[in-house]
Parts: sequence; structure tokens; C-alpha cells
Amino acid sequence: MIRLERRVDQPRWLKVAVPAGSVLTALLAGAVLLSLTGHDAMETYQLLLERGFTSQGAFTATLTAATPLLFTGLCAAVAFRMRVFNIGGEGQLIMGAVGASAAGIALGDGPVVITVLGMILAGAICGAVWAGIAGALKAWANTNEIITTLMLNYVAANLATYLVFGSKSYWRELGGTGAMFPQGKPIAEGAHWPSVDFGNFTMGFGFFLGSVIAIGLFVVFRSTRFGFQVQVIGDEPRAARYAGMRTKRAIFGLMALSGAIAGIGGASDVGDTRYVLDPKALQQAGYGYAGIVVAALARLNPIAVVFVAILMGGLSNAGRALQGPDFPAGLVGTLQGLLLVFTLGGELFARYRIRRVAAEHAAADPADTPGGAPAVTA
Amino acid sequence: MPETTTNDASAGGRPPALAARRITKRFPGGVVANEAVDLDVAPGEIHALLGENGAGKSTLSNCFTGLYRPDEGTLAVDGVPVEFHSPGDAIVSGFGLVHQHFRLVEPFTVAENVLLGEHGRIRRSEAEARVAELGDRYGLEVDPSARIWQLSVGQQQRVEIIKALSCEAKLLILDEPTAVLTPQEAESLFEVLRRMTAEGRSVIFISHKLDEVRAVADRVTVLRGGRSEGTHVVAGTASRDLARLMVGRDIDLGTGPVPRQQRPTAAVVLRVEDLRATGDRGETALDGVTLDVRAHEVLGVCGVSGNGQRELAEVIAGMRARTAGTVEVAGTVLTGADPRAAHTAGLGHIPEDRLHTGLSPSLSIEDNLALTAYRRPPLSRGPFLRRTRFRARAIELMERYDVRAPGPTTPTRVLSGGNVQKVLLARELSSDPKVLLAASPTRGLDVGAIETVRTLLAEAADRGVGVLLLSEDLDEILSLSDRIAVIYEGRILAVVDRADADVEELGLLMGGDVSHLSATPARGSA
Repeated sequence: MIRLERRVDQPRWLKVAVPAGSVLTALLAGAVLLSLTGHDAMETYQLLLERGFTSQGAFTATLTAATPLLFTGLCAAVAFRMRVFNIGGEGQLIMGAVGASAAGIALGDGPVVITVLGMILAGAICGAVWAGIAGALKAWANTNEIITTLMLNYVAANLATYLVFGSKSYWRELGGTGAMFPQGKPIAEGAHWPSVDFGNFTMGFGFFLGSVIAIGLFVVFRSTRFGFQVQVIGDEPRAARYAGMRTKRAIFGLMALSGAIAGIGGASDVGDTRYVLDPKALQQAGYGYAGIVVAALARLNPIAVVFVAILMGGLSNAGRALQGPDFPAGLVGTLQGLLLVFTLGGELFARYRIRRVAAEHAAADPADTPGGAPAVTA
Repeated sequence: MPETTTNDASAGGRPPALAARRITKRFPGGVVANEAVDLDVAPGEIHALLGENGAGKSTLSNCFTGLYRPDEGTLAVDGVPVEFHSPGDAIVSGFGLVHQHFRLVEPFTVAENVLLGEHGRIRRSEAEARVAELGDRYGLEVDPSARIWQLSVGQQQRVEIIKALSCEAKLLILDEPTAVLTPQEAESLFEVLRRMTAEGRSVIFISHKLDEVRAVADRVTVLRGGRSEGTHVVAGTASRDLARLMVGRDIDLGTGPVPRQQRPTAAVVLRVEDLRATGDRGETALDGVTLDVRAHEVLGVCGVSGNGQRELAEVIAGMRARTAGTVEVAGTVLTGADPRAAHTAGLGHIPEDRLHTGLSPSLSIEDNLALTAYRRPPLSRGPFLRRTRFRARAIELMERYDVRAPGPTTPTRVLSGGNVQKVLLARELSSDPKVLLAASPTRGLDVGAIETVRTLLAEAADRGVGVLLLSEDLDEILSLSDRIAVIYEGRILAVVDRADADVEELGLLMGGDVSHLSATPARGSA
């Protein structure tokens, strides 16, 4: 007989073992699927690994693909930590790109430090304002943030589209081919973000910045007063109020922070990758929604978000590179889906433990309790 | 004391309605909730399960209703061995459970809730007729077409019982049924139970209150620390003996006042003047409350539930806005609803809803102990927390206040009620308050924990804290207070010294009868 029992506390090793096990299981399930459809699973995985991570230039492309996911993943993880469901990473990233591209165009060929800082700041402010709208509505008017952030995504997407395709705005290129085909105005060459060459691969400044932010967030949640407040408000708002925490202010502040991170993601998209505000491409990519998946897979841990973003980025990068008659086009999406399902399923094992009980001798040895908690009967 | 030994002591040879043998249930973390518990319930018997919180009463009843499966042991119904794999199996065997926290669908009507447990076609009119019929037969009057949210707590409990009876329950298990009832409602519940047993149905009555067990049960099985302390015929057993079995030591059952040196000249630490506030539904909840609490004293506020006690506590603690009046804590006038300001002025607060207002249930004991102190040194420096000090402080406070838990990182939601309250008291008293506001601090706790909490409150007053005690338990008010205020419909009707207090007079005042007070000023004497 098998039984599920809720764990009183989660031992440390589980926090690594469960996600690792989930990834393995997802790969196994994917292998079964591949075999059933007549592909050689090992060979396909080998290809994925090569094109995603090991072959020449692959890791550089993977990091590029991972960068926006890193930012939107952090954006979701930050908000979800307080059970504020910011689904608006998408719109906040777009607004960040709008702000950063304006800054990039305006600051032009000035000193690179000033230009890059200006773009980051502009992106962060635009993202923060965009999320702050939903945050203020939630904090002071008690509206549902899921709905407001989701709706604001459409507003942001349409606004960006209008700026480039529907108007003669500052963002639109009016000269050259831009006179015929509507397109964004590129930022000056001097505003392109630097990258660091590691020999085998190159890391864009955006990815570096995102990783630093992830570490910073980890510290904030672990050992600052703000992080403590986020924890209490997320768990029990009444207790937070009782303890004299300014819950409304914290909700607003956290939303703004979350939006600022997505906004910097938008800035990075302009500064690292496209060098132009490209609303169509941003909408098609759906970084905001993918970020929610990244945050969920990382179990809202900012450091884990970095690695999950690399994994997901690698998969989509390899998928793009390998697409063709020999390679199942839906495989990457399927694998990502399997990863999500198995990771969320793995939560069960993190929260509960399984005990096999023989019908007669159901002797439960307290020593097999992970963590070895002493008996409490009081 | 007479201990019954045979399985069918009071049943004249018929097999017991329920015979449980050596029931053992373990939980993760090494917690043994029940260990080798034997229990026999005779047909037509009201059998009490008596024990402190955490003694394993609820776990045992959940083993009987299929919610849990025991790790060891056997169950037999009417002499036939059974094994429950789900609550459905238990219902088929004729077991009905009335939870402490009701399992009713609030927007549904009474009849619809009764239908929930059934299969096949839904005939609403038939269900309504059946509810009416059952209500008639057992004295469980309730309108079958009323929606649950419209009903009082006592009426909701009747619906739960009707639900069980409608499934032909032969054995009804009631988990702490009187915790939510007024004394009058409790008495009518007992009457219902007697009618049921007169028909040959059996009842398991779970409680930690001795007087209730004495009032309603035929036999009682005492649980302590998950083990059975034996089954006893209630009529032949002294309350003191049952109490000792329950807590494992002698306890003081008396309601005599805690002796305390009177210091009528001590400074006033809490001054409440003409306080007015509205309740959740916009009704007038506080209608000009005036009272003072001095250092070194306990002022007990007694009254029937719902006369403004909750609102009074919330306004003083800054958790509810007032419409008029002043609150002054240790010389600081509190303006507006701001819990932090109240706390900074020197107010400690034990809220009525301890687990969800006083504590953050999923957080660890160590975090909860720092819930208010985290923002100041020594627990934080600048924006950063000092986690090692959190831990050290938690270990020290858990030791000093005898909080029993696996460790400082245990989430508070898994603690028993008594330990939850100890965590709260530890935190509030360690912040060195000038005033301690305690709202129903012992409600739902077991005898041992009640004693601990009362001692802590009395010690706080001895040290110079002014304690404002709000309680619906008159015995508690009488045993702890130096002065007693009676609240009725949002007003303080009278304040009397403990020495001059007369239970009957207090009772009349709690009911709003001020006729015997005509000579004395009704208000403002505090």
C-alpha cells in the first residue's frame, strides 16, 4: 500500500533533488514520445545539446535567447513571491523597450556609460510606471491585478505598434527605406550595449546585468526587512497589517520593482539585440508569458531563474537552428511543456512524502523521517 | 474511580456500535497522534472523548470517518470488522461527522446542502420535506429554504446534524460542538443528542470541557498524548479525577481570584474615552465606550459575544477606524487606525484570531517571533535582517515560554492551539508592553494551556503591565480581573471591583438589565 503524507518541513536536499528529477523525467517522457514517432531519441537529444549549448557559437546564441526570459522570469518571480500575480511582464517589457529606444536615439553617440545607463534607467522607469498602475489599483482600489496587468499588456502592445506603424512618432524611421516600409528608428551605434568575450562564447551586457539583479533579489528576499515583509504579506495579509506593516505601500513598491525588471529586459532587447524598437517581434516572442513559465520552473527562486532561463533559451535556440524536414518542429515546444508539467508535478513530492506501508507491519520508523524531526505529541 | 472493563458494559450483550482496537496513527515528523487506543461505543450511548488540544481526539475521530487510515488497529461496527478507505465507506457504515469547522456550501440552501451527500436524481421539494421532518423529530428547527450564510452558527450546526441524520447515521461524531455555541444553544444541542440516543443511535462527543462532558455523556474516554487513559462511567467519576487524567497532574479547577497586591494609585496606562465605531456591516458597534486601565491591574471586560468586544479590541489596536473618541496608550494619544503606532506607544495585542491575525501561519516560529521587532535593532541593521539573532531569540523565547515544537523553523500552522498562543504571548510580552490587550486569550485551549496563559497574564500585571482582558468566559474574568467592566450593545454598563462583584448581578448586566443599578452611576466610573 502506498500513502501520501504531508511533510512537516522540507529537507534541504529535496530542493535540488526534486527539480533535477523532474527534468530527467521530462526528458524520459520526451524520449518515449520521440521513439513512438519514429525518431532516434538519443540522437535528437544529442543534436539539441550540440546546437543549444556545445557547438561553435551555440552558447552565445543561447544566452541571447535567455536574456529576455531572465528578465521576465525575475519579474514574475518577484511579484509571485508576495502572491501578487503580475501577468504583465509582457507589457512592461514592451514599455521598457519603448523608453529605452527613445533614450538610445536621444543620447546617441555620447559616452557609452551614459547612454547605457540612460537606456537602463528609461527602461526601468517605463516598466515600473506600467506595473505601478496595476499595483496602485490593487493596493488602493482592490482591483484584481491579474486582469489589470493582462489588459495593460494589450495597451502596451498597441501603443508600441502605433508609435512605429501608425504615426510619425519619434520612434519611427522616416528616411531611407523607412519612407516606404514603416519601421523603427535604430539607435546610434554608440548606444549598442557592450558584450564580454569569454573565448568560447560571448555574454551580452544584458545577461550579465540580469544575473546581478537576480543575485541582488536573492539577498533582498533572504535578508532584508523588505523581503521579510514580502514573505509575511504573501502568507497572511491580516498578520502583516496586525504587525504594522504598510501593506499597500509594499504591494505598490513590489509591483513597481517587478515592472522595472521587465522594463530593463525591454531595454536589453533594444540595446543588446535588435538596436531598434520592434513591436511586431516583441509581440511574437511572447517573452512575458514565457517568463511566467520560467519563474514557475525556478520555484520563484531568483538564482534558479538564471539557470532555467539558460535552459529554456537553449531549447528554443536549438529548436530554431534545427528546424527542418528531419527535425520535429513541435519538439521543442513539447519538451518545454513536459518540463513545466513534470516540475509542477514534482511539487507534490516536495510537499508530500510517499510511504510504503505493508499491510500488517506498518512500523513507521521515525528515523526514516527526512530531517529526523523529534516526536511531538503535545 | 470505576473503570469499565468489558466491551459492552452498558449494552446488555449487544455488540458495540463501534469497537476500535489498538488504533495507532502516525504523522510525518515522528508525531504519534494516536497510539494503541481502544474505544467502545455502546448503542444508545453518548460517549465523550475528553482530552487537551493535541491529545489526539480529532485524529481519532478522523480515523473513524475514513478521512485518515490508521497505521495499526481494527474497527468493528455492530460486531462486524470494517475498514474505511474513504469517508464514503464510513457514511455507508452509518457514521456521521460534524466538524468543528462546518463543511457547508454557503450560497446553497439548507435542503441543497443536505442533498450534497446523495446520488441520483435531485428532488428539492422532497429534501425540504425531509429536513422539516427531521427537524421536527429531533427539535432541530431550521428553515429548509434558508441559505446557509443567513443562518447563525448554532443553526448551521443543526444543518450539519440534519445532514448526518439524513444519511441514516447510526453513530454521530461531534468534534468540539459547543465551542461556537452560547450556553443556551449548547443546552438545546444536548437535548437533541438525548433524543437521538433514545432511538438507539450513538454519539461520540469530543470535548475538552469537563462540565459539558458531565452534563451530557454516559461514559467518557480520556485521551492524553495520543494514548487512552481509560474509559469511565461519568456518573461515578469526580471531575477532579477526570481533569487529572486529562492533564496528567493536579490542576486548580477553582475560579478564585489570583491574589495580587492592589495598587490603586498606579498610573493610568490605557485611557479610552467616548469611543465610537461601526461594525463590518455598518451597524453601530461601539457607542461611547469609556474606560481606564492602570498599571499593575487587570481590567476584565465581560459581555455576551457580539456586543462590541471585537470592535473595541480592533479600534484600540489600530486595526479598525473609529468614528469618534480617543485612545491613549501610556501617555501617547493614538490618532487614526495604525497598528504600528499603537505598538510603538507600548501596546501588546493578543488578537482573537490568533493563527491568522496574530501570526503568519506558514512562516516559522522564529519569523513569527520577530513579526513586530524585525524592523528595529537588534534584529535588523539598516535594511538588513540579522538572521542569527532571529534564531537565538527564538530559541531563548521558546525555552522561556515552554513552546513545544520540533524547532524554531517549524511553521506555526502545525502547532497545537496552546503552543500557538504561547508563541504569541512570548512575542508580545517580550516587547515589554505598557498595556496588554488580550481578546479571548484562552478560547478553544485545553485546561493545561489555559492555566499557562492565565498565569502569564497575571504575571504581566504583577510586573506592572496594564492588562485589558476581553472575554466571554465569566469564570476567566472573575479569576483574573481586579476590576470588571460589563459591555452591552457597545456601551460599558458598569465597572465594579472584583471584591464587590456578584455573579448574578454581572449576568443581569450582560443581558442589558440595569434595573438594579438605578442608584449607581452607570457609566464613567472606570
